[in-house]
Amino acid sequence: MTDRTLRGKVAVAGVGQTEYYKWGQAPEPEFKLAITAILNACDDAGISPSEIDGFSSYSNDRSEASRMSAALGIDDLRLAVMQWGGGGGGAAAAVANASAAIATGQAECVVVFRALAQGQFGRFGQGPRRNTIRGASAHTVPYGLMSPAQMFAMRVTRFMHEHGVRQEALRAISLASYHHAQTNPAATMYGRPLTAEKYDNSRWITEPFHLYDCCQENDGAAAIILVPAERAADFGHPPCYVLGAVSGSHHRAAAGVHNDAHYATSTFETVAPRLYEMAKVAPSDVDVVQSYENFTGGVMMALVEHGFCTPAQANDFFTLDNLVTPDGAFPLNTSGGNLAEAYMHGLGLTIEAVRQVRGTSPNQVRAGGVDVSMMIAGPMVTPVSSCIFGSEASL
Amino acid sequence: MSYLAAGLPAPGPASDGLDAPFWQGLADEKLLLQRCQSCERWQWGAEWVCHRCRSFDLTFEETQATGIIYSHQRVWHPVHPALTDQGAFVIVLVELPHADNVRMVGNLLGDPMQDLAIGAAVTGVYEHHTDNDPNFTLLQWQITR
Repeated sequence: MTDRTLRGKVAVAGVGQTEYYKWGQAPEPEFKLAITAILNACDDAGISPSEIDGFSSYSNDRSEASRMSAALGIDDLRLAVMQWGGGGGGAAAAVANASAAIATGQAECVVVFRALAQGQFGRFGQGPRRNTIRGASAHTVPYGLMSPAQMFAMRVTRFMHEHGVRQEALRAISLASYHHAQTNPAATMYGRPLTAEKYDNSRWITEPFHLYDCCQENDGAAAIILVPAERAADFGHPPCYVLGAVSGSHHRAAAGVHNDAHYATSTFETVAPRLYEMAKVAPSDVDVVQSYENFTGGVMMALVEHGFCTPAQANDFFTLDNLVTPDGAFPLNTSGGNLAEAYMHGLGLTIEAVRQVRGTSPNQVRAGGVDVSMMIAGPMVTPVSSCIFGSEASL
Repeated sequence: MSYLAAGLPAPGPASDGLDAPFWQGLADEKLLLQRCQSCERWQWGAEWVCHRCRSFDLTFEETQATGIIYSHQRVWHPVHPALTDQGAFVIVLVELPHADNVRMVGNLLGDPMQDLAIGAAVTGVYEHHTDNDPNFTLLQWQITR
């Protein structure tokens, strides 16, 4: 049974991204963005695109694997996998699925990617435009509950109520992302800092979320290429291994009309322990965390559920000073994250987690690279996922 | 007079008929929720099988439209064109302790700026939409007096 793990069996060959745009403003179609990010990842790895033999994505990405394979002239397509579930909950699951295929010999070179062009296909944060609604949504939409922010706000409010968490904890998460974006020229909020006062004066979207608690929506694409661990040192970068990658959700997480018994959760209570077990690390071993901000409240609960603080410690833990480089004890979302770098459904965060291991982050936590780098995807959706990358020394 | 401005999507029974008795119940000013005839527990949202004992023997039974606020949100951003001039409004998640703590989503009637308190007792109010074709009824909530 000792072989039933992903730990140390897969490495990152290359990462790539397109320029990031405000939603609806990409000058290229979505499929071309996807190809561009993948080719950039091939350049980063120094490999030919013909080496790719698998595609792994999530959230019903529209750039379908077989078309991609044809467009890129792939000779021998071995893997085409899609993680069920919407939002960015599958961002780390796509790494897990690709890694599982590589570890079991089903594929040799798998690209994990996500592409978004909302001018071409429409936005997430708007309700349905039809006259009648049926099924589970019929029990929420007619009451004005239809956007992602609204779907999650009551989970966060319940958590804050149960544990006495203050608004300032959410604010610190937002401020940290914006702070880190100011040294990342690729970030859409580069040169556009956020202050506590600006946050406090921003409009409510739905309580407890101010405007700056909510992710942007962006156009662009990002990709990461995974290969067997034996090849880890072949790509001109410090080796970066997958230490663990898991997905899932708690009992009846998707029960209709907000009826999961354990409601005040980011969905990670059953998932995070499996991640640590696979990666053979503890929360105290983690050097830096990228945690998907759909909404700041989800980040707060996800970090609690990954064991970085207790609910009772949240008000003291989530302060700007604690969350930023170079001096904070818990540097968070060091590229600017979904809030201030770009919303690539979390793949931007995955790439930043790799950069931290390589030592190339715009807010590098340790010169020369960290040993243990975590990425947490899509809190509060179902299924969610998270993963840990590690250096050579971490193995 | 409805709580929210007209023009939001109107609810209808699921195409497979799963929750049709519920919607008919609201039209008749009765709250009918799913109850397992095998283990006698309530469940919501509707499903084809009991999630506890996996029996298919589920029926819709009447229960009391009273509960407590489990969570809430005051909404400001208009997420639908029909809500452009709505202003702030309140959504509540109501727990029904007498029906195995199942939860329902609705609006909290009254001043949208009222204090919102988890644990407050609420009573259901049937809101009939007779200007829509077909007609439908929503279950709204107000603080129990």
